[in-house]
Amino acid sequence: MSTQVTLPRYEGSLGRRLALALRTPGGAVFVLAAVLLVAIVVSNPNFADPGSLIRFAGRTAPIAIAAMGQYYVIVSGEFDLSMAAVIAAQVVLAGNFIGQDEARILPGLVVMFAVGALIGLINGLATTILKVPSFIVTLGMMLALTGLVRYVTGGAATGNPSDAFRDIGRGGIEGVPVVGILPFSLLILLVLAALAVWLMRRPFGRSIVAVGDNAEAARYAGTAVWWLKTRAFIISSLSATVAGILLVGYAGVHPSVGSGYEFAAITAVVIGGVVLGGGRGWVLSAAAGAFALELLFLLLTSLGVPSTWRSTVQGVIIIVAVALAGRSWRATRRPRRRGGVAPSTPPPPPSPPRAQRQETSDA
Amino acid sequence: MSITVRQGRTLSSTTIVFAVLVLAIVAGAIITAVNGRNFFSIGNIDNVLTTMTILGLIAVGQTLVILVGSLDLSVPFVVSLASVTAGGIMAGQTGRIVPAVLLTLLVAVVIGLVNGLIVSQLQVHGFIATLGTGLILSGYLASNFQGSHGEAPRAFRLLDATRIGPVPIATLIMLGCAVLAIVMLRRTRLGHHLYAVGGHAEVARMSGVRTATPIIAAHVICTVLSAVAGLLLLARLGVGQPTVGSQGSYDLMSIAAVVLGGTLLSGGKGNIVGTLAGVAIFAVLDNVMGVMQLNPFLKDVVRGTVIVVAVAVYARREIDRRPARFGSASPTPQEVR
Repeated sequence: MSTQVTLPRYEGSLGRRLALALRTPGGAVFVLAAVLLVAIVVSNPNFADPGSLIRFAGRTAPIAIAAMGQYYVIVSGEFDLSMAAVIAAQVVLAGNFIGQDEARILPGLVVMFAVGALIGLINGLATTILKVPSFIVTLGMMLALTGLVRYVTGGAATGNPSDAFRDIGRGGIEGVPVVGILPFSLLILLVLAALAVWLMRRPFGRSIVAVGDNAEAARYAGTAVWWLKTRAFIISSLSATVAGILLVGYAGVHPSVGSGYEFAAITAVVIGGVVLGGGRGWVLSAAAGAFALELLFLLLTSLGVPSTWRSTVQGVIIIVAVALAGRSWRATRRPRRRGGVAPSTPPPPPSPPRAQRQETSDA
Repeated sequence: MSITVRQGRTLSSTTIVFAVLVLAIVAGAIITAVNGRNFFSIGNIDNVLTTMTILGLIAVGQTLVILVGSLDLSVPFVVSLASVTAGGIMAGQTGRIVPAVLLTLLVAVVIGLVNGLIVSQLQVHGFIATLGTGLILSGYLASNFQGSHGEAPRAFRLLDATRIGPVPIATLIMLGCAVLAIVMLRRTRLGHHLYAVGGHAEVARMSGVRTATPIIAAHVICTVLSAVAGLLLLARLGVGQPTVGSQGSYDLMSIAAVVLGGTLLSGGKGNIVGTLAGVAIFAVLDNVMGVMQLNPFLKDVVRGTVIVVAVAVYARREIDRRPARFGSASPTPQEVR
């Protein structure tokens, strides 16, 4: 028996590993996005123009950023339902605090990020220290923030931040060859994606996946589970803040900006092959899931399907994606099926992830 | 079942829920009295009961689904669908009430079966499965119905208008369903299996329980009760409304009521009586905030705060009173998965 144990995905040449990665749910979403892109280009050749492609990418950036934030919470085994409410709160905050005064843009951004971090901190501490399920904590936060935003604004559009601030979301670098305009939102997305990948390779990223997979084991290994999860919630709220800043440019100031983002972000993450309950999935797949979802909507539009059917298609896709991903993860995780498995491989967990995590027995 | 093991020495979560309810009623009565009204007047009690009815029905179904370890986010769309389907079939004619009700309930059974089968056979998390079916239904509703649809005949509308003493018939229907659900949970094999599967599906399976049956049954009962809620809303409004369910955000509010009632969100522990108390707490809060003429937007702030604070209180208790020897053997998650 060999003592060296390598997982199949670390064996073989780069091309072989890439092919294997594309067969995992987290890789398949990139194939799905590519297929959808081809389908759209075939059905509507105008879309192949690099300019319109790049504008589409710019429009999708906020949801992709929100999905990457949601990824951290989901991979740690929790939920964040308060995302849409955070976006709405930040948009209204921007509209009222910054207004037409360009000198207040920088302090405004600082205030917005501080508020975002505070909301994430409250969500995280209530989940980890008070032991309230994150579903309930973030639901309560959602109700409270939405109510507050509606109360402050009276439910109508108020405040209009200066054009310089709105340009963060809707502007871009002009005169770029081939594509024409390079939206700032796309650049921000790329920077944040690089940051997210770097973060996932840091001890923080490694531990948060471990906590999501088995919080009890992670705790015995010396991880401060509560602080890791709290940081995940803070990242989620901060990413909602960034999405809000970008959305001000596209949509202006209205308390309903961002509505539906909580489920859209969770949908994107789940389409990206990330497993609810934590411990499985890749951060870029979440962003790719957002793109796949938006491409799907675009395809429906270009095929002339009425927009009211969008949610039906979204519903079918989300169920199919999760069913297939679940089957695939189970297949890759549990190769035991009566013999044929080298005994030197670590024994697979005997039960589904649901049964493994018992992080609360420590109280 | 170890549910009653320590009730003698420490408070059970149901006791705390009722303590919170009594507190809410006392505070409500005082605030109402300060505003020069009587909380216990027939009109006010009627208002509280009416508020409880719809959310109560849905929350009873949601309790079963949560107990078995799943979730149902599709309820608001089932409510809406039931309201427009029954309204459309009735079209104001008394003779069509029975077929309309039967067909609506049949549709609900089918939706529940689909939910249950997706969760149990495809092993998709209940959150995603029902989010998906809910989205499918919402697309169907948005594409086929604009504005109100159909009409309830007078005889059907009486269902909402009639009262026995101070209690509306609709509330009695809700309480009847709740009693049936309690009997089912306490006295039948299905009920005990429901707790077993919700507590630990793998252990239940190894003990010879067919895990699919309780999951499917819970989902079917939940959608049927949501459809009954939709029918009662049809009786109240007189016309079918394709947005009546999502306006009430019954998905999240029913889950909140269930958790407020002391049921563990991860399943296996909890009861219907607590859920009814949770729904009553919401109804009393709503009523008192109505009397205080609080800004409707601020009501949501109060609701959100109450949910988190109340659940934080039991969450601590749940952990404190768990017998140590079950600590490593029972699934004791405090989160959804």
